[in-house]
Amino acid sequence: MPVIEVKQLKKTYNETMVPVHALNGVDLTFEKGEFTAIVGPSGCGKTTLLNMMGGLDRPTSGIVTIENDDITNMKAGELVDFRLNNIGFIFQSYNLIPVLTVKENIEFIMELQHRNRKEMEDRVRYLLEVMGLSDKINVRPRYLSGGQQQRVAVARALASKPKFILADEPTANLDSKSTDILLDLMAELNQKENVTFVFSTHDQRVMDKARRIITLEDGKVISDIKQVKSNEARHS
Amino acid sequence: MKQIIILAWRNLWRNRRRTMITLASVFMAVILAIAIRSLQKGVYASMISNAVRFSTGYIQVHAKGYWDDQNINNSFEYDPSLSAVFQKNKDISLYVPRLESFALASSGPHTKGVAVTGIDPEKEDEMNGLAKKIIEGDYFNSQPQQGILIGDGLAEYLQLHLGDTLVLLGQGYHGATAAGQFPIQGIFHYPLDQMNNTMVFLSLPDAQLLFGAENSLTSISLMLQNENAISSAKEFIEKHVDSTYEVMEWPAMNKTLVQEIQGDNAGGIIMLGILYLVVAFGVFGTILMMTMERKKEFAAMIAVGMRRFKLTFMVIFETIFIGLIGIVSGTLIILPILIYFHRHPVALTGAAAETYQQFGIEPVMPASLDPSIFLYQGITVLCIAILSAFYPLWYINRIPVAGTLKQ
Repeated sequence: MPVIEVKQLKKTYNETMVPVHALNGVDLTFEKGEFTAIVGPSGCGKTTLLNMMGGLDRPTSGIVTIENDDITNMKAGELVDFRLNNIGFIFQSYNLIPVLTVKENIEFIMELQHRNRKEMEDRVRYLLEVMGLSDKINVRPRYLSGGQQQRVAVARALASKPKFILADEPTANLDSKSTDILLDLMAELNQKENVTFVFSTHDQRVMDKARRIITLEDGKVISDIKQVKSNEARHS
Repeated sequence: MKQIIILAWRNLWRNRRRTMITLASVFMAVILAIAIRSLQKGVYASMISNAVRFSTGYIQVHAKGYWDDQNINNSFEYDPSLSAVFQKNKDISLYVPRLESFALASSGPHTKGVAVTGIDPEKEDEMNGLAKKIIEGDYFNSQPQQGILIGDGLAEYLQLHLGDTLVLLGQGYHGATAAGQFPIQGIFHYPLDQMNNTMVFLSLPDAQLLFGAENSLTSISLMLQNENAISSAKEFIEKHVDSTYEVMEWPAMNKTLVQEIQGDNAGGIIMLGILYLVVAFGVFGTILMMTMERKKEFAAMIAVGMRRFKLTFMVIFETIFIGLIGIVSGTLIILPILIYFHRHPVALTGAAAETYQQFGIEPVMPASLDPSIFLYQGITVLCIAILSAFYPLWYINRIPVAGTLKQ
């Protein structure tokens, strides 16, 4: 069973003025454990597609199904709870809560899920160890580098044990070294935790790591390539 | 909830300088509001206390018709069963009998109209501390034949000294002539010049003899343990005395004073309203800025699974913290100052004192420590702070998550 199923997804902005068709009938399916990059030129609809898949925005038409749950018709409150328990988000500008420490930022999601203290502490310790940030546990985000902050954001996204993670240009603000570290960690977690990752990106290094590359143009899927290795590709 | 409270508290200190400026405005407003209200209420309490202690009591029992026509002919014969009624009610702490009328005071070539009050010395002293106001001579003792107590203003006007004789001439009960001469036993000084210039006190038997009104009283003034029990005590007395008596509460007997207080109070409330309006804009500005600069953060929190109502609570807590810190710190600073001025009231001098005297008010400004002042100001500031957060809260509930994250 696919984790995410997108059927005939359309999104039109400014419907009453000059309509902009950000998504124009997208059909996609994502299986469990995929490590997928969505690529394409600026304005092709990458972020819009991620927003629809994450339930952050409503499509003009079409449906998004997460393990048989149609999220396009959920009420706002239900959608928030659904995101909390099923979807992890990684943002381009990290969006950590500046007044919370690294530990508290990661626990934040689990507290919203009402997890018990022991479980939260074990999960935080494990994630920070994997992320190589154990020594930063009580540090606030402003004292971390961009790469470290993004690793905390990845840990936060994974903390809730989501079905999949949506990452909108996660490496756009990072230098090459930080990008490599982050991608290696995400690839490792993808393998270890079998979590589905979907990125939007312009970054070639992300594309090289991805095992599937979906290319969008003018709101449509123009190619969907699965790569067994980074240099060995086949069209699906 | 703990998580939300922690977030709210830490958010408050993100921009320390801005929060401190807002807190300072709330703090100053609380100090000013409490100080203004405390002095206002202190003065009102002093005015009421003067009126109650020196004149009417909290409740007064007199013959029906006496209040509209304050004439010795409208006096009543004292019935001991009245005392039994007063003693039955636990809220009544003291009942003070009086026989009041007017006479012409004369000494040599000088004359002046005076208010003559026959008093029970012990009870009168307990009611208004008359004995302590004697600056020359002695207060009444338990002897049946007493002298007269006159104010220092009257003594000066009539050029009288201790031991001199004062002649009183007036109309007694049912048209009898009231005439008597009394040695000056004591000279008193009240803070109110009007009293010093126009009042004389006789013992109750002497006054009854002077006015030919044996065993008669014009009024019995009642003091209460708890001034909030006025209505219940009045009802109790009305139930237990016959219809020849009239029972009145102090506001009904001091209508001018009540109107004066109401007028001044309304002015004070308008002033406070303006003060609070300024504070409300200060708090509103801060909360609005705190919201606007965090809208992306709010959008991210909603995106990862935080319900909007929790964000709303967070902002409400931030607002409450601002209000509470201002209220508590302002109260802690102003309280000792008010305690000092409650114990040592500001004595007015010059024109201000004269104005007070003209209205028959003691020229002092005591601070009131009535807990309701602190409570109401606290609640008002808190409500203003919460009201100021309404627009930011409305905004939070309408943040477009995807669009805001993209910014």
